[in-house]
Amino acid sequence: MLRLPNLFRLLALTVLIAFLVQPQWFEPLLRPLVQENAPAIYNQGSLLQLTLLHLRTVAIATAGATVVALALAILVTRTSGAEFLPLSRSLVNIGQTFPPVAVLALAVPIFGFGEKPTLIALFLYGLLPIFENALTGLTTLPQSIMEAARGTGMTGRQRLLKIELPLAMPVILAGIRLSVVISLATATIGSTVAARTLGEVIIAGLQSNNLAFVVQGGLIVAVLAVLIHDALQAAERSLGSRMGR
Amino acid sequence: MIEIEGITKRYGETTVVRDVSLTIAPRTVTVIVGTSGSGKTTLLRMINRLVEPTSGKIRLDGEDNRSLPGYELRRRIGYAIQGHGLFPHRTVAQNIATVPTLLGWDRARIDAKVAELLTLFQLDPAAFGPRYPHELSGGQQQRVGVARALAAEPKVLLMDEPFGALDPIIRAKAQDDLLAIQKHFETTIVLVTHDMEEAFHLADRIAVMDKGEVVQYATPAEMLVKPATGFVESLIGAGERPFRLLAIEAVASAVEPGTAEGEAISSAASQREALSTLLWSGRKALPVVGPDGVLLGKVSLDGLAQRAAGRS
Repeated sequence: MLRLPNLFRLLALTVLIAFLVQPQWFEPLLRPLVQENAPAIYNQGSLLQLTLLHLRTVAIATAGATVVALALAILVTRTSGAEFLPLSRSLVNIGQTFPPVAVLALAVPIFGFGEKPTLIALFLYGLLPIFENALTGLTTLPQSIMEAARGTGMTGRQRLLKIELPLAMPVILAGIRLSVVISLATATIGSTVAARTLGEVIIAGLQSNNLAFVVQGGLIVAVLAVLIHDALQAAERSLGSRMGR
Repeated sequence: MIEIEGITKRYGETTVVRDVSLTIAPRTVTVIVGTSGSGKTTLLRMINRLVEPTSGKIRLDGEDNRSLPGYELRRRIGYAIQGHGLFPHRTVAQNIATVPTLLGWDRARIDAKVAELLTLFQLDPAAFGPRYPHELSGGQQQRVGVARALAAEPKVLLMDEPFGALDPIIRAKAQDDLLAIQKHFETTIVLVTHDMEEAFHLADRIAVMDKGEVVQYATPAEMLVKPATGFVESLIGAGERPFRLLAIEAVASAVEPGTAEGEAISSAASQREALSTLLWSGRKALPVVGPDGVLLGKVSLDGLAQRAAGRS
């Protein structure tokens, strides 16, 4: 299993963890990016703690988006809910077209500064990929399999739980993966409204003209995104290959 | 026994099945044939209520098929379709166990049934049970599809073009296997196909459908000798008629007294095979032996010619 791409991933993960736990080890590497006397390593908080908070924010928002988008997709793909399909599509689309910054601006007066506005923005932004993919997955199941499921005497609920969801799972997972990656990057702007994410590092760098801060904040987010993306993709593949796809 | 009484199915303005009445005897194979769009699949699907009829009644062993919820009815009726429809995320054993699991059989009984069916379909349970459908050949998938349909020991098995996706050699084998299994379980089979060869090979009775109506419901021999309409005649194929007639009868019923030279033919073979052997070997008559190897008599070219003309 340890082929070249996986070796790279393992290496990236190791370096990431090392950097989060012992950032001063990397000080010489970042030193050239800063002016005399300026700190090369973020010094206004623990990078590890910020990373964990960042991941927590993304996880909560994505979990919420997954539950709502999946429930909506299931609802509108039942015969009884089919008439809500256009409505739910446009609602979810609005969530996606609304810039997260605008959501933050609107949410702050209502919910105050902190994590809440960020969660709302990420939640709304994450709905569309999951919803669209779940819809695709649930509506493109092979006709003969659905026919067979009815023919064997499964009830609607049994078909959904035993056949439709498992078969659509790889496509649904792809939607969740997309949403997670978008959220990982977007969460950084949450720090403009005082949410504790890796955006803090980047913003601090921008404010004090410290390139090293911007680079380390950006790189941590990027490496996280790549690693999580690949892990979810591997999960999709192993699910898919079992079904002979 | 399946009694179909005045069944009609309309979708909006179009009538797909028009006032069809058929009585299907228990433990027989009934084949519904017709061109595409003739309503044969719709008729089949109304038996297990995958399609609800607009009007009319279907009774299974005297009981209206609407007396149960649709899904419960379907658990009691086997259903096999073209392209098998196996669940790709479940193993062969899990696929076969679908209906018994829905019915809440206990584990041991399900396992025994799966093993029995796999063995019956000439698939080694230990080797094939844990595999996924995509790891099987087309013929094996089709057999698993039929095995799944039979898993809960249904009295009635509905089949919609079950052999449509198979190549000719595997198809012939699958048809013979089906007949053997039908005898084994004494299942009542209703099978839809557009392949007349298949219909004549399998059927105790054939129902020909055209534009939503049953134009003839008869035994294969009756249908060949007295096709009800020009449509039935064209479906049979005028050029094929004598050969089909010979194909559905065994040599046993064409045996004449006397003997002949050369290699003998089994009395269980079809008369068409006998004719073919006669023509190919250039002989006028063949000796006929019974299953125990005893000489029964002969079968002659002239005798077969008369039978092929429907005058025996």
